[in-house]
Amino acid sequence: MITVKLFATFREGRGKEQVFDEQVLRTPRDICTELNIPPDSVGILLINGFHAAFDDELKDGDLVSLFPPLAGG
Amino acid sequence: MNTTYNLKRLRVNLTDRTWKVEPIDLDEAKKYIGGRGLATKWLYDAGCATVDPLSPENLLIFANGPLTGTNSPTAGRYMVITKQPINNKIGSANSGGTWGARLKYAGYDAIIFEGKADAPVRLFIDDDHVEILDASDLWGKKSTECNDILRDIHGEKSNSLYIGPAGEQLSMLSCVMNDTDRAAGRGGVGAVMGSKNLKAITVKASRNIVDAYDKEAMKAAFKRSLDLFKENGVTSTGLPTYGTAVLVNIINGIGALPTKNWQEAHFPEAEQISGEELAEKYLVRRGHCHRCTIGCGRVIEREGREVGGPEYEPLWAYGSNCGVSDLPSINEANFQCNEYGLDAIGTPTTIAAAMELWQRGYIKPEENKDLPPLKWGNGEAIVEWTKAMGEGKNELAKLMAQGSAILCDHYDAPQYSMSSKRMDMPAYDARAIQGIGLNYATSNRGGCHVRGYTISPEVLGLPVQSDRTETSGKAELVKLFQDLTAAIDSLGVCLFSSFALGAAEYATLFNAATGSSLSPEEFLEAGERIYNLERLFNKDAGMEQAEDSMPDRVLKEPIPSGPSAGMVSKLDEMLPEYYAVRGWVDGFPTKETLERLLIASEVTN
Ligand code: SF4
Repeated sequence: MITVKLFATFREGRGKEQVFDEQVLRTPRDICTELNIPPDSVGILLINGFHAAFDDELKDGDLVSLFPPLAGG
Repeated sequence: MNTTYNLKRLRVNLTDRTWKVEPIDLDEAKKYIGGRGLATKWLYDAGCATVDPLSPENLLIFANGPLTGTNSPTAGRYMVITKQPINNKIGSANSGGTWGARLKYAGYDAIIFEGKADAPVRLFIDDDHVEILDASDLWGKKSTECNDILRDIHGEKSNSLYIGPAGEQLSMLSCVMNDTDRAAGRGGVGAVMGSKNLKAITVKASRNIVDAYDKEAMKAAFKRSLDLFKENGVTSTGLPTYGTAVLVNIINGIGALPTKNWQEAHFPEAEQISGEELAEKYLVRRGHCHRCTIGCGRVIEREGREVGGPEYEPLWAYGSNCGVSDLPSINEANFQCNEYGLDAIGTPTTIAAAMELWQRGYIKPEENKDLPPLKWGNGEAIVEWTKAMGEGKNELAKLMAQGSAILCDHYDAPQYSMSSKRMDMPAYDARAIQGIGLNYATSNRGGCHVRGYTISPEVLGLPVQSDRTETSGKAELVKLFQDLTAAIDSLGVCLFSSFALGAAEYATLFNAATGSSLSPEEFLEAGERIYNLERLFNKDAGMEQAEDSMPDRVLKEPIPSGPSAGMVSKLDEMLPEYYAVRGWVDGFPTKETLERLLIASEVTN
């Protein structure tokens, strides 16, 4: 199973967290398609706390975090 | 020919209660841009590096930049430049709101205070009319009341800055406050104001525009900047919707949110203190500084009145760093910080250090009778101890109001002060993000993220992603960010504009405003000049190379859990390279470097 955490505006209509089967959705790109989030609207993509690419292969137990473009100081 | 400089500064001698207007040299102003850069030059030339920061000999300078008060986006900043008491280094604090712009409209680029009044005074400026007034009635007043009283006296169109009780009591954590909840924080600049018996400065002005050198070019540069703001996801949506508070979940997500005084770097309850939670449950509206289209400020309600809500830094410092997940307590503690004029980073980080001293048995329960125990996660404690520190309520609170370095020294446990150059490090764990650690260690004023905010590339991917775990290339990155920031600050614009703008846009605005012709590279070089001058100041003030460091916890104790488990800062790999790219030997600029930056003649020893 893969846990997907959503933040800021990505939560609207999608909730804070969703769970997917890595056999079905194999990459963050697949997850974005499923959640109707265009990859170019993603500011930060993390897999297990590390910056990752949309075509990285996901494995059982992974935590994917998706943030829109955000900043602070 | 007009420029956005007024080319006038006010010099106020508080000892004999006199003032005069002095001219500012245009070439010198351009060379150091203004604000932070130009005022540092004056402070350096005046020999303040070797004076006691809280003595009448120290100068206290308030300066705006050439863009302050213009239509340029986010251009409402003023800077406080002085020798800061927390560590005897260059003090360089910066604040938004409207006060800085008002000073520009009144006709001044800066005010220099010297000496010390024999009783509390305040300054009132209305264009050419300048008065030093008695302030004994205001002494002891907190921010909201002080601001309200001065508004009642001088009208809605006046703006005031002031110190709270913390500054009056010479706390090393005291800020200069303006417009109720805006702070020029860190380093104890409020104590310098308090040491001079100066409570407040109120400014009124009959105009509200500034003439640029080239009005058409200025308009075009302004429009281009606004377009970039609109195109950029951070400045158009991210910051306006969630403010800086949105960082809580991001930084926790990568395992870099210092928790329980940096004993850990991941806080399981982060969601409860996040920007999303704040926006959903407490946000009343956004807060804007002078003519800022972003409006990253968080306005919340307290007892029927709108007040400033917490930014990311206090959310972290009162939150995970004290183990607290109770957002209403954090909101209240942050409010009290502003009321007393305390640093909303250094105050909670000192409370966190005290909590660790309590945890380890250094602070005994009998030392804090009448106040809630300094236990991790105690929401009541963060509120009550903030107030106690602001009031100097008991011996321990008085000690804590001097910051974590003095507190931990007192208990002979300096290892629990999470500071660099005796100023507490902010909300990003330097073990998990290599570049920011190099920036903390080499920051001229001490542990500070906004000297070189490498979080942009290392975490937020702005403008491009840099691997946070890597050390290679970080020396150049940190230098670039430190130099650019010194130049941006000196312009009088908010650092957050840099999420959308780069050196080219800033140089264009500066050139149109002042009649200069800097390339983007020369603009950056001006920032480098300022950074090196600050370092020269510190050298004269007795700084040693070994102070470019961080606590052992960061250098030797691996993060115990979370996504960044096992990491430590590899400062020793980056620091020699950093000195090399800066043209420094043993932590200080070489003669060749100073000659390249055209500041060799400024060296005083
Ligand atoms: S971005 Fe925020 S801090 Fe900066 S000027 Fe605008 S409102 Fe003020």
